[in-house]
Amino acid sequence: MIFHHFGSYILLLKKVFKKPEKWKIYLKEIFHEMNEIGIGSLSLILIISTFIGAVMTLQIAFQLVSDLIPTAVIGQINRDSNILELGPTISGLVLMGKVGSAISSQIGSMRVTEQIDALEIMGINAPGFLILPKIIAGVIMVPVLVIIAIFCAITGGLIGGSLSGAVAPSDYIQGIQEGFNGFTVTVAIVKAIIYGFIITSVPAYKGFYVRGGALEVGQAGTQAVVIGCISILACDYIITALML
Amino acid sequence: MIEVQNIYKSFGDNEVLKGIDAIFEPGKVNLIIGGSGSGKSTLLKCIVGLHDPDQGEVFFDQQEFTGMDFEERIPIRRNLGMLFQNSALFDSMTVEQNIIFALSMFTDMSQAEKIERANFCLDRVNLKNVNKLYPSELSGGMKKRVGIARAISMSPKYLFCDEPNSGLDPATSILIDELIQELTEEYQCTTLVVTHDMNSVMGIGDYILFLYNGQKFWEGSNEEMLRSDVQELNDFVFASPLMKAARDSIK
Repeated sequence: MIFHHFGSYILLLKKVFKKPEKWKIYLKEIFHEMNEIGIGSLSLILIISTFIGAVMTLQIAFQLVSDLIPTAVIGQINRDSNILELGPTISGLVLMGKVGSAISSQIGSMRVTEQIDALEIMGINAPGFLILPKIIAGVIMVPVLVIIAIFCAITGGLIGGSLSGAVAPSDYIQGIQEGFNGFTVTVAIVKAIIYGFIITSVPAYKGFYVRGGALEVGQAGTQAVVIGCISILACDYIITALML
Repeated sequence: MIEVQNIYKSFGDNEVLKGIDAIFEPGKVNLIIGGSGSGKSTLLKCIVGLHDPDQGEVFFDQQEFTGMDFEERIPIRRNLGMLFQNSALFDSMTVEQNIIFALSMFTDMSQAEKIERANFCLDRVNLKNVNKLYPSELSGGMKKRVGIARAISMSPKYLFCDEPNSGLDPATSILIDELIQELTEEYQCTTLVVTHDMNSVMGIGDYILFLYNGQKFWEGSNEEMLRSDVQELNDFVFASPLMKAARDSIK
């Protein structure tokens, strides 16, 4: 069953990456999807990542109560854990829930109301027209959102640490500047690009092959989010193992 | 002209079409009729390529359509318009955008020319001042007419209608039937209509293909149908007392 779905997913992707009928129309769709995925998810990412950064600071401070460890380490740990793991993966999981379910429902509804059949009758490559702009937009916008999430989480840590008195702002800022390895950002961006692909392509697959009515469209959305989240976590492990 | 030869189609163990042969001529309204589950919508979907038949061939003007891949089918599909049962209008687009969509995709017409074409198509189906409305703002009859306007936007050689009258009141159904007949004559296109609306059958059926249990059971014109002695056909067409009375009075 898993291999059947994986095979169908690969065959769908083969159709998705066929040459577009007219790039001008696809570009318009890509910008529309970039707005939907990027701007539409910005406020959610801002709120979640700021709170995660603040909570991380408090928890690191709670676990590192020792006169031997300088408090600047709190900023350092917060920075690295946000860049390497929390920024990309939490954002990926949140976006899977928000963007993934929307993509699955949209394409699934088009399937059950015969709108996809109408595209195919016109001679339009429906997988390409419906899915390619979403994948391109996801691969571009998810890394942008992840970078914003990392920035917000580190800033949230500064605010949370200062408000609670867990760490002095000067110590925290010193910590986030010390021993910075730029490669961690590369790892984060690689993760974000792959998550962007999963967040858009897996729900699109589930929506594209839905059969039935409103109930099945809802079920496809749930399955897409579950499969997508598991895929993100599996890819998280593989990328970390390969790159670090 | 569209020709289907020996079409078989099954879904699992359920054999829906069992060796259908038919020829649908241009300039005529060709109707496919039959009871629920008789395979008429499946036959239509096999003809337009939404389903691949298990066996048999479909020819569009002597070109074998069933053996073609997606790219090879594109030139034929650009000459093909279809009205779906639920209209299948793109709900994220306005009426005007729905109609000019195929023109934008496949022609180099300017925006002004496309809008002019959209207005012509809407005028042709007797709709005015609906260009900027979304499908959700239209009535069932208006959606069908927009669906027809979209189908004729590329001046099709082949026009397909899947139950065009379902969910419509009798007066609107007659308007849609008249429109299909007028467009068939105007474009001299090969029109295929799947229906179980007996008013349509009697009103516009130049050629009627009656399917029964997935098989071609009868074919002919609406006048021949009135004189037919085929029991299954009569049971289906003249099921209501009103239709029986109408037939008896004509006979």
